[in-house]
Formats: sequence, C-alpha cells, structure tokens
Amino acid sequence: MIKYLKKIYLFYLEGFTTMPRWGKQVWLVILIKLFVMFVILKIFFFPNFLNTNFKTDVDRSNHVLENLTDINK
Amino acid sequence: MLEGINLSLVDWSRAQFALTAMYHWIFVPLTLGLAIIIAIMETLYVKTGNPEWKRITKFWMTLFGINFAVGIATGIILEFEFGTNWSNYSWFVGDIFGAPLAIEGILAFFMESTFIAIMFFGWNKVSKGFHLTATWLTAIGANLSALWILVANAWMQKPVGMVFNPDTARMEMTNFWDVLFSPMAVHKFLHTTSSSFVLAAIFVIGVSAWYILKGRHVVMARKSIVVAAIFGILASLYTVMTGDSSARDIAHYQPMKFASFEGLYNGSEGAGLVALGLISQNVADPTNENLKDFTVKIEIPNVLSYMAFLNWNAFVPGVNDLIKGNEKYGVMGAIDKITRGKLAIEKLKAYKNAKKAHQLALADSLKTEIMSPDFQKNYFKYFGYGYISDPHTLVPSIPLSFYSFHIMVVLGMYFIFFFLMALYYTLKGKIHKKRSFLRIAIFTIPLAYLASQAGWVLAEAGRQPWVIQDLMPTMAAVTKISTGAVQVTFWLFAIIFTTLLIAELKIMMRQIKIGPKSEGGTN
Repeated sequence: MIKYLKKIYLFYLEGFTTMPRWGKQVWLVILIKLFVMFVILKIFFFPNFLNTNFKTDVDRSNHVLENLTDINK
Repeated sequence: MLEGINLSLVDWSRAQFALTAMYHWIFVPLTLGLAIIIAIMETLYVKTGNPEWKRITKFWMTLFGINFAVGIATGIILEFEFGTNWSNYSWFVGDIFGAPLAIEGILAFFMESTFIAIMFFGWNKVSKGFHLTATWLTAIGANLSALWILVANAWMQKPVGMVFNPDTARMEMTNFWDVLFSPMAVHKFLHTTSSSFVLAAIFVIGVSAWYILKGRHVVMARKSIVVAAIFGILASLYTVMTGDSSARDIAHYQPMKFASFEGLYNGSEGAGLVALGLISQNVADPTNENLKDFTVKIEIPNVLSYMAFLNWNAFVPGVNDLIKGNEKYGVMGAIDKITRGKLAIEKLKAYKNAKKAHQLALADSLKTEIMSPDFQKNYFKYFGYGYISDPHTLVPSIPLSFYSFHIMVVLGMYFIFFFLMALYYTLKGKIHKKRSFLRIAIFTIPLAYLASQAGWVLAEAGRQPWVIQDLMPTMAAVTKISTGAVQVTFWLFAIIFTTLLIAELKIMMRQIKIGPKSEGGTN
C-alpha cells in the first residue's frame, strides 16, 4: 500500500517538476484566481446573506417566508 | 417586500449574474468539445501507432490545458452570487439544487482532476491503453459534470419532481429521476454539449487554418482539420436535432418564450416560421408597446406549427393569446393566472400567520388545503404570477429573444456548410490554395462563441420575468442589499474576468505560435 502511494506521489512530483513553461504559467493563474475568489471575494464581497444574518434554519425559513408572502397588491 | 425592491437592484444583480455566467461560458464549451477531439486523436494514435498523431494530440492537449486551467472554478462565483444576491431564490430551491451540484463537485474533482493528471503527466509512464482511457474519462467527466448544472438549469425552466414545503419555504425533491430525466434536462444537456463540440471543432479548424496560411505544421493542420470537420459535421447535425427537441419543450412549457423568439404576436393555426427578419421601432399593437412591427421578414408557412407540435396545422399561441387568453384554444389569460397566484400567496400568508399566532387547528387546515393536489394543480402552479401587477411585464424583450435565436440558428446552418467545405478542400488536397477560406476559418472562431452565447441569452433572457418558470419572478428572488454593493462587484468581476481572458489568450497565442513539439514525426 505504502509502495503504491509512494509511486503515485513520485508520479505527481515528477509531473510538476518537469512541467513546461506554459504549465507553470497556468498554475500561477490558477493560484492567483483561487486566492482572489476565496480569500478576497468570498470573505469581503460575498458573505452568504442568510447564513450571516440568521442563526438557525427556522429563522432563515421565516425570513424567506416573510419575503415571499409580503407582496404589495 | 416587493415595494422595497427597486428595479435597479434587480437589474444590476441580473447584469452581474449575466456577466459572470457569460464569461464562465467562454471557457466551458471549448473544454467540453476539445476534450472529445483530443480523445479521438489519441485513439487514432493508439490504433495506427503513427507518432504524428501523438504529436498532434499533445499539441491540442496543451491548448485544452490552458483553457481548462484558466476557466476552472470561474463557475464557483455564480454560487457565491446565489448566496449573496439571490438569497430568497437559493433558499427556495436549495433542496433541489443540493443533490445535482454536490454530484457535479464530486465528479469534477475526482474524475477530471485524477485523469487530467494522467493525461498530462502520464505520457511514456503508463501504458498507451491506460493513457487513452484516462483521456476519454477526462472528456466524459467534463461533459458529465456539465450535466448536473444543466439539470439544475432545466429545472428552473420546467420545475418537476418536487413539492413546496410551507414550513421551510423550500421546494423539496420528491423524485430525483424526474428531475434528472425531465425532457427539458435531457434535451438541454444534449443540445448544450453538442453545440460545444461544434465550437471546439471550429476552434481546431481555425487554428489549423492559421498554420496552413503561415506554411507551418501543414501536415498536422490538415490531419486536425479532417478530424475536426468530420466531428463538427456530426455534432452540428446532432445539435440541429437536439435544438429541435428543445424548441418543442419550450413550445410546451414556456410558450411566452417561444412566441417571443419568433416574434409571434397573434397565434394562429398553421403558423409560419420567420426565417429572417428585422424588427422596427414602430409598435405593432397599440395595447402593448413591447410588440414592435417587422420592417422586413421572410416567413415559411406552417413550419412554426410543425416545429412546436409536429403538426403542420397546429395552433401556436402568440404573445397576445398568452396575455389576454384564448378560450377557443384553451389558453388561460394572464389575469386569471395572476388571480390564482395571488390566492396561493394569500393562503401561504394565512398559514404563516396562523402558525405565528399558535392557531394550530387553523394552521393544520390551511396546510392540508395548500398541499392538496387540487390546490397545487390549480393555484400553487401559478404562485409566481401573484407578484405580477402588469400582465405586459410577462413578455420578455422580443428583439433580444428574436435576434439571439436567429443568430444562433443562422450561424448553426453556416457552420454545417463551413465543415463540409473544410472537409472537401482538405480531402481534395486543395485547402492550402484556398487562402480566402482559410482566413474565413480563422474569423469563424469568434462566430462560434457568438452562437454559443446567443443560445444562453435566449435561454435566460427569453424566460424573463421568471427565475423559476411560473413559480418565482426574478424580482422576488433577489436579496434586498444595496445597489451600490452589487455595482462594485459587477465592475470587480468585469476586471477580474477580463484579466483572466487576456491571460488565457496571451498564453494560448504563445503556444500556438510555438506550435507542436517534434515527436519524431515530420512536417
């Protein structure tokens, strides 16, 4: 089992270390993108409205139900 | 609630979602189609043992890798937006979307991530057969992960397999298979993936055309064109078939969208299909300023009736029939639907208030009534209409629907002709002499993206005002947050996605200029 895992590890290691220039560039793009998305956008710009403002699912349900039924006729 | 929602918030939230979805869709179709083309090329390599096919496969794999890497995870931003900007909607549908999106995440992560690593790192390290299997599984995995998001989208166009729970204010899935195998979902998946294959085939031909024009890697380019053209012809024909099925779904389940994309204002038996047309600024019907006259139109008699109902003389309802109703043909008018929708909302409100006041007997009886098959079929089905005050707002933008549909169809027809020409010239050995055609091939790449985006514009803008057909209008789905916050994130996304697109184009252009590496084959 350990031998098998080591083989997989070496497979990935060799793949990443011998990666061509374009591969390294796209990995840089991926890492920057994930950082911007999950560290900046998600935390500062996209809090989950219901999770942030209500503690329980019952509160969330009540809020949405209130919104759905409070219409201006 | 609705009086507190201003239209600019709804519009900016929609614009933001449209921007992210459209940018996301720049990357996705090429990934879906190119993965299959690469798998076909590698199959040819394994079958023939010709190293040229390996070189060709590895080159297109490089472009696939760049597109995949830049596009990956851009769709997650749409899920952020659900939680922030569309909280009523995301809560309402959470139970339905949870399963498909979770399956998508697991599939995308395990299948694509694992087999992509073998695709790129596994040359000469695993057997040819194993590598080929990994390539095919990557292609299948990519397309399967698209299935789940398309199932979720199809559910919004035609909600099935669910029941509304008035206690949780959520739609709850009652039958997973109804959701997965609804005709809308099946046809949407097949149409979207096959049209993505068309886009990828055009991309391969366009890039190959550039090499032939430059006199570089001509053998690779010609072989690539043959594979892409054959694949493109088959995919195009299949796209036509699945598009036809999708149109029939729309005629049945979204008749207003159907009437809008054909500019059909007054329904008729044996309705004609407007093959080409120009919409003017003059109002065709004084009672509805959304209905603009046609400056010019070429109409094919009876075809629209056949397209909608497989009957040359079937009645196809027009916009006016759907607004005013048409008793003769059993078309319910908007006012009737609005009355039923308001009653459904009032019942739900009464139930909510009875529960709040601890009037348990009253609450129980109201819940029994709301959940009864008769109420569900005759009232709750029209729940979303209860938010509509002006029936004319039920009509989507007709020019947007009409032009997006016709751009998609006309370009789709052109692509079939284009593939046939590419294949003919290449097989006859004349392609290098047809320099005008080669230039056209390069300029056909953006047209493929235009057609693909037009399809989504029709699907999404054409179903307005609904975010969930007949059940929830867009204005009821939006979170009441400041418009300024949405504007800021709109521009933020515009900058981020444009930067990503420029990065992709730069890296890809450089790789195209470098061309395929020598692998023992000759050019």
